[in-house]
Amino acid sequence: MKTGFSVFLAAFVALGLSWCGLVYGPLKQLGGAQETTVLQSTDKWPVQRTGDATLGLQVYRANGCAACHTELVHQTGAANVLTLTDIGVHKAADLKDFTTSLLGTVSELTTASNTVVANLAGWNGELPKVIYSGADDTVVSMLGDKFKAVGVKTEARVIATGADIARGWGTRQSVAADYLYDSPVQFGSLRAGPDLANIGVRAPDLNWQLQHLYAPRSLVKNSTMPAFRYLFTVKKIGAQPAPDALVLPKEFSPATGFEVVPTDEARQLAAYLVSLKNNAPLYEAPFTPITAAK
Amino acid sequence: MNLTENNENKAICSSEIDASCRLPLLALFGGAALWLVLGLALGIVAMLSFHQPDMFADCSCLTYGHAQTAANDLLLYGFVMPAALGVILWIFARLSQVTLVLPIVPVVAANLWHLGVFVGTVTILFGGSTGHPWLEYPRAAAVLLFAAFMLISVSAAATLGFRTHRELYPSHWFLLAGLLWFVWSYGTANLFLVGNHPPRGVVQAVIGWWLTNNLLFVWLALAGIGIAFYFLPKIVGKPLASSGYALFGFLTLIFFGTWVGIPPSAPVPAWLPTVSAFGALLSIIPVIALGIVAMKTVCCAKVPCVGGSFCFIKFGVLSFVVSSLLYIGEFCPRASRVLDFTWFNVGVTQWQLLGFAGMILCGAIYEILPRVMGKELPFAKLAKLNFFLFAGGTLLFVIPLLIGGVEQGMKLRDANIPFADASAVALKFLRISTTGQLLVLLGALCLLLNILVMTIQWKLGLVKTVVSVVKDSLIEGSAYQPLPGDKEAKS
Repeated sequence: MKTGFSVFLAAFVALGLSWCGLVYGPLKQLGGAQETTVLQSTDKWPVQRTGDATLGLQVYRANGCAACHTELVHQTGAANVLTLTDIGVHKAADLKDFTTSLLGTVSELTTASNTVVANLAGWNGELPKVIYSGADDTVVSMLGDKFKAVGVKTEARVIATGADIARGWGTRQSVAADYLYDSPVQFGSLRAGPDLANIGVRAPDLNWQLQHLYAPRSLVKNSTMPAFRYLFTVKKIGAQPAPDALVLPKEFSPATGFEVVPTDEARQLAAYLVSLKNNAPLYEAPFTPITAAK
Repeated sequence: MNLTENNENKAICSSEIDASCRLPLLALFGGAALWLVLGLALGIVAMLSFHQPDMFADCSCLTYGHAQTAANDLLLYGFVMPAALGVILWIFARLSQVTLVLPIVPVVAANLWHLGVFVGTVTILFGGSTGHPWLEYPRAAAVLLFAAFMLISVSAAATLGFRTHRELYPSHWFLLAGLLWFVWSYGTANLFLVGNHPPRGVVQAVIGWWLTNNLLFVWLALAGIGIAFYFLPKIVGKPLASSGYALFGFLTLIFFGTWVGIPPSAPVPAWLPTVSAFGALLSIIPVIALGIVAMKTVCCAKVPCVGGSFCFIKFGVLSFVVSSLLYIGEFCPRASRVLDFTWFNVGVTQWQLLGFAGMILCGAIYEILPRVMGKELPFAKLAKLNFFLFAGGTLLFVIPLLIGGVEQGMKLRDANIPFADASAVALKFLRISTTGQLLVLLGALCLLLNILVMTIQWKLGLVKTVVSVVKDSLIEGSAYQPLPGDKEAKS
């Protein structure tokens, strides 16, 4: 490294390589991505947002919502789940005995016996009841067949697993296809607030979203979210109350004779939030959405 | 360059070189210190939202999403970058043993740069952020920053070109590469993401991560270590421990470090995070190597260190090693399952910005300013206080975030623990961390005060000189009658 040119060359090559790898490569591979098809369906994914929801993405960006919220669901694995949906004429206790005998006699089921026994302990017949959840799909099909033979209905599903999924933040992991129509793409980097990738399924009510934006603690106790009152106008009630005025609990409502009306921005943001869904099974993130009863 | 020129250059003494840097450095450092104070203050304001969530419910400018973003950008683009550029200019002039070439260019560039930071900050506060992490400044501000950086690079490169000794010193490698690094990565990211036709979907995030890593890890390391490798040998009075080792560290840093950046859990094709994780693993090599070079240089040095520049830079290099290793840890797939989306990442970034780059730059500024201005610091004691406030404050700011982040991550991983509990754990640590932020802010005020008073003293001196020159010429002129008020003004 005796001359300036050699330093320049080394830096040029080093950064050039990573540019090719981490900028040009992804552009070639993903830059021309098209919408995909939902598994076992002809529906397209992702759904292009319309109207207020499209504008709402920009409100989300402008207010820096991504500083506290992510839109990215993690998944640690997948599990085969067998659920009892209808036990027909049988009694719960009889079914338990029947299951225990099955586990002892059928060799394929021995690996799962501990799980199934633990799941059935303390079960009094309430339905639906998950009896197996694990990696082994032969257990699910074998058990399902045996139950079907005695007139007990079960449901076999493949589900995604992981803390995010268990919290209800999504039904599967987020994949590249989910963000096709987002610009800018805002994954977020901090979960000071919950993940929002599936908020449209968790809280699909626009009025709930609006009230939550205006007064988070009126709906979620101990929430640390700042109130976004600047997205609303408080005005005197005219001859008739505005149709879109918020219905607030007493301690959060403005002085009597006044009402809280969302601005366009608030409405757009709420529409965007409601549009956020992570509930379609895709080729790269499969799960069983509909019942597959035996 | 011919021989006569060479000889002429050699005759230039250090004080002349320092004087040639005065204007550009004052412009760069003064603005940087101001942005540092504003950025830290804005960061504290942002944090208030966590202590009192409804505080800014009616004030859109200071809501967390605005204030925090603007504060982060002020630290990186407002403070670290211009301060580093100023130090780079001075080091290049000193190493080349020539006066700064085109000294007016960096003065103009510094003002353009600060204008860009101002435009960017105001735009973010009023909701005009682009939404891409570390690239939030709108097009107008980005263009200003880019142009200013190019202008300063031109002046720096020209100064380098006129150097008297042809062979490059290790600091040259780092700083020269740093100049190229910013131009390329910042230019690319802006063209793709802030331009008219951003790419579709997750590619945006991938380019964003690439930029973030190249700025926050590689660029900071190049600038910070390059500066430290100039000052450490000077201060301890012996040469850099091992040039070969430094070269090894430099090459491995630029070849491996630049591949880090894609988090293991990113929803992108698996090869991207895998490459990044591998790059992160290999990046341990330069971090350790550069740490060893610095350690070998300063070890057994009998130089006192009571809050002077030596302390700043030593603390900075130590912070470089620790914060870089923590940063690399974030890209380990196993660790990222816990650390993803927690305060841990925030803590590491602040450590890189304040504990590493900020410390080294403060140390360098305190070393350079008295030379450039030709007189002692007005408040030398405040400079010492600055060190203790910065060092203590940064640790108090960052370590609770790291611990709180790990705890938060553990709780987030366990779906049986309600989300509110995971947030509550972090809140407890945030309160301690805000205290640390306050200390850092006080330290930054010491820096600003020193620079500000020095600038004012110098400007007053200039005015006095001009006045006396004008007066002398008038007195020499024949028909001059002194007015009654003149005598006091002159004295």
